[in-house]
Amino acid sequence: MDERPTQAESITTTPVDASRHLVIVGGGMVAQRLVEALRDRDTAGVWRISVFAEEPRPPYDRVALTSYFSGRDPEDLALGEPELWEDPLVSLHRGVVVTAVDREARTVTTSTGRAGADRTVPYDELVLATGSGAFVPPIPGTDLPGVFVYRTVDDVAALRGWVEEQERRWNRPVRGAVIGGGLLGLEAAGAMQALGAQSTVVQFGTHLMSAQVDLGGGEALRRLINQLGVAVRVSTATTRLRPNRRGTVGGLEFADGGRLDVDVVVVATGIIPRDELARTSGLAVGERGGVVVDEACRTADPHVWAVGEVACIDGSCIGLVAPGYAMAEVVADRLLGGHAVFPGADTATKLKLAGVDVASFGDAFARTPGALELVHSDPVAGVYTKLVLSDDARTLLGGVLVGDASAYATLRPMLGRELGGDPSAYLLPDGASGLSRGDGDLPDDATVCSCNNVSAGTVRGAVTEHGCTDLASAKACTRAGTSCGSCLPLVKKIVGAELAKAGLDVSTALCEHFALSRRQLFDAVRVTGLQTFSDVLERHGHDQAPVGSRGCDICKPVVASILSSLDDGHVLDGERATLQDTNDHVMANLQKDGTYSVVPRMPGGEVTPEGLIAVGQVAKDFDLYTKITGGQRVDMFGARLEQLPLIWRRLVDAGFESGHAYGKSLRTVKSCVGSTWCRFGVQDSTSLAVALELRYRGLRAPHKFKLGVSGCARECAEARAKDVGIIATDQGWNVYVGGNGGFTPRHAQLLAEDLDTETLVQTVDRFLMYYIRTGDRLQRTAPWIEEVEGGLEGVREVIMEDSLGIAAELDAAMAAHVDRYEDEWRATLDDPEKLQRFASFVNAPTEADPSLAYVTERGQRRPATAEERAAGLAVASSPTPADEPVLVAGPTLEVRA
Amino acid sequence: MSIEADPATAVHAPGPAGPWVAVCRLQDLVPERGAAALVQGEQVALFLLVDGTVRAVQHQDPFTGAHVLARGIVGTRGTTPTVASPLHKQVFDLRTGVCLDPADGPTLRSWAVRVEDGLVLVADAPRNGGPS
Repeated sequence: MDERPTQAESITTTPVDASRHLVIVGGGMVAQRLVEALRDRDTAGVWRISVFAEEPRPPYDRVALTSYFSGRDPEDLALGEPELWEDPLVSLHRGVVVTAVDREARTVTTSTGRAGADRTVPYDELVLATGSGAFVPPIPGTDLPGVFVYRTVDDVAALRGWVEEQERRWNRPVRGAVIGGGLLGLEAAGAMQALGAQSTVVQFGTHLMSAQVDLGGGEALRRLINQLGVAVRVSTATTRLRPNRRGTVGGLEFADGGRLDVDVVVVATGIIPRDELARTSGLAVGERGGVVVDEACRTADPHVWAVGEVACIDGSCIGLVAPGYAMAEVVADRLLGGHAVFPGADTATKLKLAGVDVASFGDAFARTPGALELVHSDPVAGVYTKLVLSDDARTLLGGVLVGDASAYATLRPMLGRELGGDPSAYLLPDGASGLSRGDGDLPDDATVCSCNNVSAGTVRGAVTEHGCTDLASAKACTRAGTSCGSCLPLVKKIVGAELAKAGLDVSTALCEHFALSRRQLFDAVRVTGLQTFSDVLERHGHDQAPVGSRGCDICKPVVASILSSLDDGHVLDGERATLQDTNDHVMANLQKDGTYSVVPRMPGGEVTPEGLIAVGQVAKDFDLYTKITGGQRVDMFGARLEQLPLIWRRLVDAGFESGHAYGKSLRTVKSCVGSTWCRFGVQDSTSLAVALELRYRGLRAPHKFKLGVSGCARECAEARAKDVGIIATDQGWNVYVGGNGGFTPRHAQLLAEDLDTETLVQTVDRFLMYYIRTGDRLQRTAPWIEEVEGGLEGVREVIMEDSLGIAAELDAAMAAHVDRYEDEWRATLDDPEKLQRFASFVNAPTEADPSLAYVTERGQRRPATAEERAAGLAVASSPTPADEPVLVAGPTLEVRA
Repeated sequence: MSIEADPATAVHAPGPAGPWVAVCRLQDLVPERGAAALVQGEQVALFLLVDGTVRAVQHQDPFTGAHVLARGIVGTRGTTPTVASPLHKQVFDLRTGVCLDPADGPTLRSWAVRVEDGLVLVADAPRNGGPS
């Protein structure tokens, strides 16, 4: 092992002035946790830590060993952050065995197995974290080749190699047996299945997993395991392992006279603590082994500690990782002067073996005096559920879940608490009513993640105090769910509930008035067919919202957009007028000084000389600043609210219509001149752009969107920077989607090639309508595509292969839009009531805002800066031309005599 | 200036500007859509809420200096009636003018409003000095 540091280098080199030295013997999961916990809390850097690990690799997730067979690399099993081992205060010595402890001198002797490499290492404190070894019962033949234990990555790798070798040799499925029907034995049987071997579990006891589940649960488990093709023999004592002619393991013989031919055997009959160092150094060991420690995990020697499976606490060793982690936390605390004590073992277990759920927690065997057992057993469905309750049937004491352990995450934290309601509700498959309840009500001190001892309150704190806004950040913040992961569904629910409570649910909830996302709200409104904001708020609004809630600047425009997409009613109609941003309300773009800009539509960027002159004349008459936009049209700035109808009367009369520059809707279809004039063009891009712009004008969407059409591959229209970009080919059109400029520029990606014009239009129709229906508020097409299931390919399947069966609906929705389109500005000019909204002042409807002030720059005006105003350089805005008709009808009140 | 007035319903404010200035008829206001008014030379933003009350705050957005607040979206925060600036979405309490978002933003001047005989009467001076 080249990367193994030599003793001399790593022990004597102390890069920082840590004053104390902790030696940890053993490099398993609990040792890793101890290092992590100590480095976390020892902010002053008092402790230098040396870890001696027998295995040649950093600590890994032993619990997940079986996943080694489902394609995971050993590296994937690595625990924690790799940086932990680069910490200058931490040195990990892999492949090094500690052979002796001298408690008097406070040193350990280490060996790498190489001659002359033994070292003596002094310690201030010593932690034994040597774990367990596999217990192999004294059955003749367990030393034959082909007999394995199931404990380390190396064991598992050796088993894998053997099975693969046997398969090649015999050219038939390999026959395997597992001696031991406990948790580890079933894991091993699952591993053999995964390797393609047949397997038989041989259990000495009366039922499978007898340490965790009762007889009923064990029976249910046996049926389920059988269904997976794993044979099970219970109440069977193995008397001998017999060799075949090659001298490798060939068969099992049982006490009842039975025999079983095998090619491979895994012995998984239990574990024994690796307490050799304690024995040789004179420390007390338990009756069945294990280093005897007190509630602080300390041995009789105040400088020697033991944690994990090797520690004998309260008379027994515990072969589960969560209590080991708890011990590591206790020792870390004690080393820093704390007074933590081991809280007692949580022996809750949850296992998933080839899809079979098994969970056991608390007093699973109902040993508490007076305990009541509530059992639901359904052999057909393969489900066994047992709850153990206190004698008044109210407090949950424990339980066994086989076949469906989805209730585990909810039930386990309720241990020792009153369940509330009818406990039998918790027995129903899927938990039904009982389980969906309670997640949010879980007390703050209830443990959610027992591996890392994280309470519900801590998870909530991740959201409320540490600003976590999703499961991933809450996991990183609290470490909940980072070990076995069984609590993740619960953690997710708690995080979700807390986010919703805090109004922080940025990913879905619209605002404090709607818990739904835009997409959800769109579907809801489409189904209920509601027409007004009040109705939508009443029906779909947040049920926590107080009486009198009236929406806000976030949800109102969203509802307006949804209502508009669904029925294309005029944006100013009825109550909807109050939902709009001022831009949509007065159909112009608000500028920094409170005036507006005006953009008439010039489809495809095409405009006649007469049109250009008319626009120029309007701009001149109203003294508007003019600029050409990026979308190939003319923008006119500085129009006052009360001037907008006057300006638009002139523009409409000259044949222009709204350019919707103000809406979350189609802006322009930019185009090059195409084959009509260009010597390179292969298709008529301008005609297509004009047709598309007229087709999609006024179409409301989650965000503004743009199209582009280029007449050849030279791409002069920059179509690939658009939400929909179309590029001509010799055969037709290529269509690209998801491009944009703006804050996060994106190039559009190819959706389809060489479409004829009719197919192209249908494709774009569906793309836009699908986006409008499912996009979130202010979500552009690029991120929307990423969120669609399957990404771009998913979008293609929906709109080109109709994978959701909604294509006809999308087509109809677009046809309805095209059919109902009317120019909003023309409609407004014809409606005296709507014109009221353009009054500058309710009591002086045509009076200019007296605060406006301008300076001239390059022959046009612009708003004056504060300095220019102060210096008296600015002039007031010019009056409306005298010969313009007054379109804004005034009120009837003379107020200022 | 000339205002196109409807003689049938024209109403005149009483005498010299007293403590209350008649600004418009209640029916001239659209619920939850602000309207600007000139009161004693000041630009005031009036808001008719769904419960029938009328609120008046300064029309000028204190963050930009532009006179635009009457054009903001009216809504609620909890039970507080609010308007969001149409320029940069700062949110103000319509009852007091207090800026709710950001919490340390400037407070708007606000005016007392009465509705009598269908007329909207605004106090001739703001309740609070505040920034102009």
